[in-house]
This record gives sequence, C-alpha cells and structure tokens, in this order.
Amino acid sequence: MLRRDFLQVSAGLSVALATPGALAQSGTPAAKAAQSAAESAAAGGPARWDRILVVVELKGANDGLNTVIPFADPHYAPLRGPLAIAPERIVQLTPRVGLHPALKGLVESWQGRDLAIVQGIGYPYPNRSHFRSIEIWDTASASSQTLTEGWLAQAFEGVKRPAGRAIDAVVVDTNALPATGGDLHTIVMQDAESFIQQARALRDGNAPPPANPALAHVMKVRGEIHAASLGLAERMRGAPAPAHAFATDPFSHQLALATRILLAKVPVVAIKVALGGFDTHARQLEIHDRLLAQLGDGLAMFRRNLIAAGLWQDVLVMTYSEFGRRVKPNASGGTDHGAAAPHFMMGGAVKGGLHGAYPSLADLQDGDLKHTVDFRDVYATVARRWWGLEETFGRRNPTMVDFLA
Amino acid sequence: MGLDRGCDRMLERRALLGGAARTLALAGVGVLAPSVLRPAAAAAMGADEARHLLSRTGFGPTPSDIAALQGVDYTAAVERVLGKWRPEPLTPPPGWINLTPPQQREQAERFREQRDEKRRVPPGPDKPPPLANANPIQERARELRNWWIEEMLVTDQPFVERMTLFWHNHFTSSLQKVRFAPAIYRQNLLLRRHALGNFATLLHAVAKDPAMLLYLDGAQSKAGQPNENFARELLELFTLGEGHYTEADIKAAARAFTGWGIDRNTGGFRAYPALHDKGEKTFFGRSGAFGGDDILSMILDKPGVSEWIVGKLWRELVSLTPDPAEVKRLAAIFREARYEMKPLLRAMLLSPAFRDPANRGALIKSPVELVVGTIRLLGLPVPEKTRLVRALQAIGQVPFDPPNVKGWPGGEAWITTNTLLMRQQILRRFVEATTVAPMGGTMPMAPPRPGRRADRREAMGDEVMMAPERTPVEGRSLRSAGNAARLGPALAGLDAATLQQALLPVPPQMPLAAGLPAGEVVATLMLDPGYQLK
Repeated sequence: MLRRDFLQVSAGLSVALATPGALAQSGTPAAKAAQSAAESAAAGGPARWDRILVVVELKGANDGLNTVIPFADPHYAPLRGPLAIAPERIVQLTPRVGLHPALKGLVESWQGRDLAIVQGIGYPYPNRSHFRSIEIWDTASASSQTLTEGWLAQAFEGVKRPAGRAIDAVVVDTNALPATGGDLHTIVMQDAESFIQQARALRDGNAPPPANPALAHVMKVRGEIHAASLGLAERMRGAPAPAHAFATDPFSHQLALATRILLAKVPVVAIKVALGGFDTHARQLEIHDRLLAQLGDGLAMFRRNLIAAGLWQDVLVMTYSEFGRRVKPNASGGTDHGAAAPHFMMGGAVKGGLHGAYPSLADLQDGDLKHTVDFRDVYATVARRWWGLEETFGRRNPTMVDFLA
Repeated sequence: MGLDRGCDRMLERRALLGGAARTLALAGVGVLAPSVLRPAAAAAMGADEARHLLSRTGFGPTPSDIAALQGVDYTAAVERVLGKWRPEPLTPPPGWINLTPPQQREQAERFREQRDEKRRVPPGPDKPPPLANANPIQERARELRNWWIEEMLVTDQPFVERMTLFWHNHFTSSLQKVRFAPAIYRQNLLLRRHALGNFATLLHAVAKDPAMLLYLDGAQSKAGQPNENFARELLELFTLGEGHYTEADIKAAARAFTGWGIDRNTGGFRAYPALHDKGEKTFFGRSGAFGGDDILSMILDKPGVSEWIVGKLWRELVSLTPDPAEVKRLAAIFREARYEMKPLLRAMLLSPAFRDPANRGALIKSPVELVVGTIRLLGLPVPEKTRLVRALQAIGQVPFDPPNVKGWPGGEAWITTNTLLMRQQILRRFVEATTVAPMGGTMPMAPPRPGRRADRREAMGDEVMMAPERTPVEGRSLRSAGNAARLGPALAGLDAATLQQALLPVPPQMPLAAGLPAGEVVATLMLDPGYQLK
C-alpha cells in the first residue's frame, strides 16, 4: 500500500478503526460482523489491532554465527577455532546451515513451516557499543542518528486507537524503549496478579500535569497504571491457564506471563520479553549453550500453548539483539562485539524457511560479518504486512523481507 | 515466583520490628523541640533551601537535620557538606575480606561436594534437610551488600556514601560477574577513599583495580590477543562518551593495557611484562610503545573528560537536563583544579542552577535513597538487611549488582509502571511497620513445606524465611492507629506543616486534610507522589 492510499483511507479511519478493537472487547455478533469487514479491507485497510507482536530481546549481543551455523562453509571451522561447533552436533536445517544443538526445541516449528530465519540482519556503519547499538535497534535509527522514540511507538504514531483500549504494549522486562514514546500506552510489569492488586491501591490524582518534569513523569506513570489496571484486571480474571506448563527459568516465566495475557485476550499489539547474558567475552561455549537452550525450549513451549489455544495465527514472535559477535574468538574462549546476525520469526502466519543471504565468511569487514538485510526493512515488513501500517522507519524504499504470508 | 511475594515477606512489619532489633543511630544532631523549627531570620538560609542542600547531598534529611542548617550562611553550609571526612566506614567489614582466591576455590569445591552428596540421597524420610549454609560465594555477596546498606543507614557523613554510590555507578563492577567478594569490597574502599578526592588519581587506580580487571576482562587480555572490553568502556563510559574516539583508538588502547592482570594467589593487581604488547600503537593520532598509564594520561589531557564527568554529576546533583553553558564553565573549573573533586562540587553546589527553586524536587530518588532515607526518617530498627536488599532489587537497584557496565540509567528511568507500584508497596510496608503500638497474638506460622521445590529453594536462599513468623495485628498502622501511633524520634512531636516541609520537596499532590493525627500525616506524605522526588 502506498502512503498516498493510506492517507485517503485515514480520512474515514475513526469509525473503521473502532471496530476491530471493539471485538477485542466483546464477542457480540455486531462486533464479529465489523471484524470481517475489517479483514476484507486488511490488505490495504485499517490497522490490524488484533495482531500481536512478541518481541524477544537477546541482551548482551547474541553470537549469531553459532546460533544459525553455516556449517558447510569451509571458512567456518578454521575461523571459529575452539568455538566451532562440530558438524555432527549441529541440527541441520538445509545442506548448508543448521541450528546450534541447544536449539533443538525449535525443530518442531521448523518442520511445521512456521519458523523463519532472517539471515544477516544489521545496518550500515555498525556501532559496537551495547548501549548505543540497542538504542539504534530500539528506535529504528540510522547509525549516525539519535532518536528518542521507540520503533513500535513510531509505527503506531497518529493511528487512531480503537475505543476502550487502555494498554497497547506490555513489557515483561526492564528495557521498554521499543514501545516508549508517542501515544503508545506501555506497561512494564513482572507479574500480573501483584500488578492488579497494587494498582488498585493507587488512587488517581486528577490535577493538570505539573511544570516540574520529574513530578510530571511520576504523575504520568500513575495515570497509566490506573488506566491499565482497570482493563487488565477485568480480562485476566478467570482467563484459562496455559495448557502446557512452562519451565521455571526466568525467561520461561516471562513467556508464561505473555501466554496468559494472550489467552486472556488482553487487547495489546505488542509484548516484549528478554533473555539476558549473551555478552560472552569469555567461556562462551558453556554460557551460550545454556542460554540457547532456554531460548529454544521456551519458545517451543510458547508455540505449543498458543496452538492449543487457537491463537498462533494472531501472534508473531521476533528476536533481536544489539549486534552479533566477532567471527574470530578472543583468547578468553569468548568473542568480542561484532555486527550482523540472524534472527528468528515465528508464528502461525509466518512463511517458514531461510530469508536473506548468509553473510560471507570470506568477505569480512574489520573481522565482522557484513549485513545483507537492514533491520529497518524487517520492521517495515512487520509494520506493513502484520499491522497494515505504512511506517518505513526512514527508509526511502524499504525492501520487504518475505517472511509473512 | 513474582517479585511481589518476596517483597511482601521481606517487609513483613514483624521482622522489621522483631527480635534483636536495635534502633538506628540517626545522623545529625538530636531531635530539637518544635520551637527551634520556627522560620529563621530573612537573611539566613530558609528551611526549604536547607532541605534542598541536604536531600541532594545525603539521604532523606530529618526535620532536625534541616533545623540545624537553617539560619546558617549558605556558603558555610556547603563547606560543612564538603568539610572534613573520613575515608574509613563505620561498619566493621565481613570476616572474610582477607580470603585469597585459592581459599575461595577450595571452599567452593567443598560446597559442591557436600551438595552433590546430599543430592545422591533419594527423596524420602531419610533425606537430610537442605544445607544450612548456602553457597559460600552467594553468601559472601549477600553479606557484602548488607555491609554497605548498614553503612548507609548508620553513617554520619551521608555525602561520602552518596559520592561512593555515584562512583560505583560510574566505575561499575558487579558481584555477579566478578564473583570474588573481597575484590569488590576493596574496590568499594578505593571508591570511598577517592569519593571527594581526585578523579585522575581515581581513574589510574580503577584501571588497575582487580575487580575492574575481572569485570571488564582486562585480566584475560594479553599481547596478540587483546580483549577490547575495558578499553571500549573506558572511552565510552568512564571518560569521554561516544563520538570522541575511533574504533582504531579502542584497539590501540586494548593493546596498551595488555599485561595488567591479577595475581592468582593473592587476588591483587600484578603486571605481567611478558604478556604486555610492547609494540608501537597509534592512539589519538600519536604513536609510541604506549602502556596503560600512557593511555590514561592521554585521555585525561582531553577537555572532553571534564565535561563528561560534570554532565554526569549534574544529573546526580542538580537536574535531569544539564545546562550546556554551565557544564562548560564548571568543566573549566574542574580542569583548573586538576581534577580535584572538591572545587568542582563546591562550584556546582553554589551555582545558580543548583539554588534555583525550580530545581527543588526536580530529581527522582534512586531506590537506595528512597529506602535508606525512609528508614532513617522513620527510625525503623532493621535487624536483617537481606530483606532491604530484596526491596531494592524489586525497584531496580541492588548495590554491587548494576544491570550492566553502564550502571543504573537513573533519572526518569527509575520510575516505570512496575517500579512505581513496587515503591508504593514498599513505602506502605514501612509505614505499617512503624506502629509501635503493642502487638499481641504471637502465633507461630506454619514453617515452609520442605517437600516443595520452590519453598526449599527460597528457604536456602534466605535463612530468615525459616524463622517462625508471627501474625501482625491488623489495623494498627500509622494511618489507622490514630493518636496511639508512635513515631520514631526523628518525627515525633512535630506539627503537620513541619512534617510536610521535611518530607516533601514540592507541595503535596494529594492535599492533607486538616487535623489528622501525626502518624496519618506521615503515612499520607510518604505515599504522596512528591515523596518520590528529591
């Protein structure tokens, strides 16, 4: 859809947009009829507020080269030295690439054709600072540009929210930057029950925003809690529990909460979770193995639960990380900061398989992989094909990455 | 297990009041009679300004702290804050601070053996109870955190604690990565020794500090295979900030620092000349066979360093948004003083921006400031610091465990929907713990069921959980005890206006009803949004 068309549509937006959300609120026949109308217009129609993105941040920079491994490349083993994963241990997906053995949990999704791997994601002039680079990813900025608004907030900027929605995004993590800014209503929480209980105790002040910016911030957050708690409490009361039990590690705990939010049909467009510890400057083999097992097994259980609940078509899972790691190991059995890396997309509407080209191991830049897919093109694809939004994140001609049907 | 449950338990008022409780020594002069708190003469510093200075350079000032400063000339008050100070903490250190790395390795090995031995016994009636002593590495981490919290609670020089915390947030190292608590303890002493000292001296010392060498992998960096972690953060976070150096500078610096390591037997700093890259490096456009100290000196020659530190201190002491012109002016003073901290701090505390009434209450209290300050104000006895550390964890700041090398982001990031809820809950617990009204009904609670995995894990992580707890008396909190509520010495006997002036830097957002009992006034003020500010 072209920007021009979108603007034409948006003239009549307020009514059209109110409907899918109204469905999320109630399952009345009128709302259902309204939704099918919305679906027929989906190709170029109003925003799909009924679809949910689950963003998974791999904190500390995941080593993509040992996550999705180009084992058939003759350069891989010599370059990786002691960190090379032996070919017989690799979970082979194609004759050329395979998954780290700890990711065997993802095989079911691969075989079910709802796991896409987008290879070589990065951006020009890669920054190798954790903080700066994750900010670049979170705000969809160019390397040289500083933005303060998260990419999800940018995507929904100016898009009218269906009536009755209190929260747009739930962050089950400490970094809420991707969903921060604009008029996106984002809630950060670790546990739903305590959230509801505590929110009730917070009575809302109704004074105008104060001039003191610190006080204004506190008052704004109070208002968000109050508004969010009302909707959430109603939804989660009596919602079904996940059909399959999650493991007990913190990442699984986050995914369990995400699942409960989805099963309760809390009307949100995004949920963010995170798995930390990927900054493997030393002893990488052991650490990476443990983290990838948590990632793969956790996502596999998440998928099984959403399939069981009949929600898998409405959910898209996307991993991201500030950068990949240096191709050659350092002397501490670890790797230093690198550049491009592959990421996973999962969901009932995902076109399974490999997307993008694996960066060449024979053509490195300062010892790092060169990106073949710009992360903003991935975002633009999600915006357009998942939510029907025309946000291109500063790219003049974004190239769609074909991982969504 | 959600954070909330741990927090609930941690802050059970019975524990705060219970057992071998001892009242905290509160800083400052003793409680003054209300008559002393009358508005001072027009020429002298007012209570609001005294409060401002104290809250930015300490932990939640008490009314008597404020009264003691009121009427003092402002410049003299700043000199008091910056005056003579002791680098040594009051609190005795944990017993293991002289432990060596080989001893720790041996202990850890023993612990693992014992644990594995227990695991070999199948579940059943013969299964021995969980190990009484926890993992020694985690146990020492816990004791060290408690040690610092204790020092912040009892100190008579809160500004030294605030600045030590500032440097800890600047030159971060975390117990989680370093795992050798004696090194983290010694790093804290180092930061404390230079808290109001000289930044250049501190920087050179930090670069050779064993905890830092472990935290940023310097100890593993050697000629031919330099590890860039320290060099990068040195430039990006410790001295200049992004955009003032190139990737090539990082690589050159990393080579220059090779060979700085740790003695395996003592855990102290040791230079290994054989591992040092003696080759020529080009750093900031200059070439030579540089070593680590050369790199640090070349960095310190850049005026950008003073601006970077001044900007960070501004956000700590003045406001969320540094004024660029003022930062330049203060940075020039800092350079003139050859990186001595006191002239810089003096100039900052005397600056028009610091004294501007619009900047009162314009910063958000860190979790440590909120928790430590509130306990000092309420005069709560805290026999066991582990629960306080859990509270701090729930709201995002555990001493010695910053989230990453950048430290805690602070500012507005302290308050999210999650942490604001947790802050309110913690404050509510404190307020309820303050009722010193008699409590009956000491019925012991059922002990945790050891058969359940989660319970067992928790019990092992915190032996306090094993202690029988008592049911609290309902409805006797500060808010509901009426005139029977008893306040600690710092707040007792004061009128509502004086309490409000001490507790809030801005007018209350939830106006106080007239004629409330003092306990309810304190409870209401502490739950007001303005109490989150300093």
